[in-house]
Amino acid sequence: MFIIGLYVFVLALFLGVEVITKVPPTLHTPLMSGANAISGITIVGAISSATAAAMTGSSVLAFIAVVMATVNVVGGFLVTDRMLKMFAAPPKKNG
Amino acid sequence: MKEFLIHGSYLLGAALFVLGLKRMSRVRTAEKGNQIAGIGMLLAVVATLAAVAGLNWGIVIAGVIVGGAIGAFLAKKVEMTGMPELVALFNGLGGAGSMFVALSYYVGHRHQEGGAWAMIARLPESMQKGLTLADGLGGTAAVSTILSLLVGGVTLTGSLVAFAKLSGKMKGAPILLPARHAINIGGIVSVLLLGMIACFVTTGGFSTAALIVIVTLISLALGVLLVIPIGGADMPVVISLLNSYSGIAAAMTGFVLLGSSQGSLMLIVSGALVGAAGIILTGLMCKAMNRSLLHVLAGGFGDTGSSSAGSSEYTNVRSTSPEEVAMLLDGAPQVIIVPGYGLAVAQAQHAIAELDNLLTARGTTVKYAIHPVAGRMPGHMNVLLAEANVPYEKLVDMDEINPEFKNTAVAIVVGANDVVNPAAIKDPKSPIAGMPILNVFDAQSVIVIKRSLSPGYAGIKNELFEYPNTSMLFSDAKAAIQTISKELKDI
Repeated sequence: MFIIGLYVFVLALFLGVEVITKVPPTLHTPLMSGANAISGITIVGAISSATAAAMTGSSVLAFIAVVMATVNVVGGFLVTDRMLKMFAAPPKKNG
Repeated sequence: MKEFLIHGSYLLGAALFVLGLKRMSRVRTAEKGNQIAGIGMLLAVVATLAAVAGLNWGIVIAGVIVGGAIGAFLAKKVEMTGMPELVALFNGLGGAGSMFVALSYYVGHRHQEGGAWAMIARLPESMQKGLTLADGLGGTAAVSTILSLLVGGVTLTGSLVAFAKLSGKMKGAPILLPARHAINIGGIVSVLLLGMIACFVTTGGFSTAALIVIVTLISLALGVLLVIPIGGADMPVVISLLNSYSGIAAAMTGFVLLGSSQGSLMLIVSGALVGAAGIILTGLMCKAMNRSLLHVLAGGFGDTGSSSAGSSEYTNVRSTSPEEVAMLLDGAPQVIIVPGYGLAVAQAQHAIAELDNLLTARGTTVKYAIHPVAGRMPGHMNVLLAEANVPYEKLVDMDEINPEFKNTAVAIVVGANDVVNPAAIKDPKSPIAGMPILNVFDAQSVIVIKRSLSPGYAGIKNELFEYPNTSMLFSDAKAAIQTISKELKDI
């Protein structure tokens, strides 16, 4: 299983490099913030670890993990959307 | 069937991330791209909720509501000038999430029931039988737990220091500890060494737990130590790098969960994608400053040769007034505005856009010269100017705009310093020698709007201020530009 994981990891790194090269500087900030939101995928791990029925050390840690990952995901996608909407908006003349 | 649907959702989610990122690298498709990636995330979350047996819904729902509310609030409230800090903060939380997943997984496996404190004292069954952590969790999960703690911990505290520096809660100047390289290398080596002992050597629950705690604490300390020696001007590199780390941390979490969670490969793919994005941006930033990554990480920019760069006294500096600038701008065929971090600090982006509109209405061509590291994060100036509704076509990259300065009547430098310092190309001894700069000195007249002659982040003198075609306008950027606009209307 580890070997499969390693293959996937290395190939995804290459895929990432291929997909993202030649980003215009205009988009550096939104791209970083969007990629940042994607790194919130750790929410999948956080949810998976929230299986303890009682209030144990594990469930406290899982709760913290879920909160932090959700802030990252929700905040990341929303703020990126906000930025990109400004790029997309037709320039208004506000003399 | 359920298995198929769950894996299908994860796979589709991962594919949507790739498509989303691809679209996010083109201006016209970027907004859609972000939405596509968001849908991918939603799919992954739904699949996880369906996949995990015995989910504690209370924890998940409460966590998502609390986290979602905080995230939405911060995203809505942030000023565009504060974007670098917010991205740093989110980054840190992502890293922290990965770290806490690893801890929770370890604790959950150590102890199936009982209170939070009981677990520290008791030994799990497997370990009473003389098994190591690697025997208990599996070698991959055990080693990945250590790596996840290391990368996640460094991302968390490193991002918090970056956040503090960017938001001005902490001074931007480098903090240089003696023997810091030895301390950092020692820290990394001890994390790996102690981590491996926890995985493969110790068999007692308590000694393993103690090692895990120590590894976590050293990792958190390392994040602080690695970022404090890095000066404010190098923050674009640091944010990009931490962004990459947060991806790697998520991928490591995927390795921890390999075999125990169906979402593990999704974590690995997405983490690697983010890791790659961060590495690319880091490389671009380093290139823009003509510095190697190692050099940036070693920290302490500007402490090498600034004394050899000669006197920091200025002679023959000419100052000007908003009225004079307005007269100079009146009838100029082409004007290039060079924004820097000072523009963000003064919140002058709307004032600049207003001046731009006035000039454009008078038939002047207005362009913006964007240095890749202007501001405190990659692309920071572009976001600020977009907020003020400046069309992005007017924002020109360094390589394209440099030949144009010769044909430019007036170049206005607003809150930028080191990126227009000719010492970078004329003085081989300068600490910033070799850094690509904007050749503003080629313009017929250069107006530098600045509060004083104080140096920029590199801490060195800027010869541009002494050039015969340069005039200084000592003022707050926003006030100065507004006055220029007012004077221009009166002409």
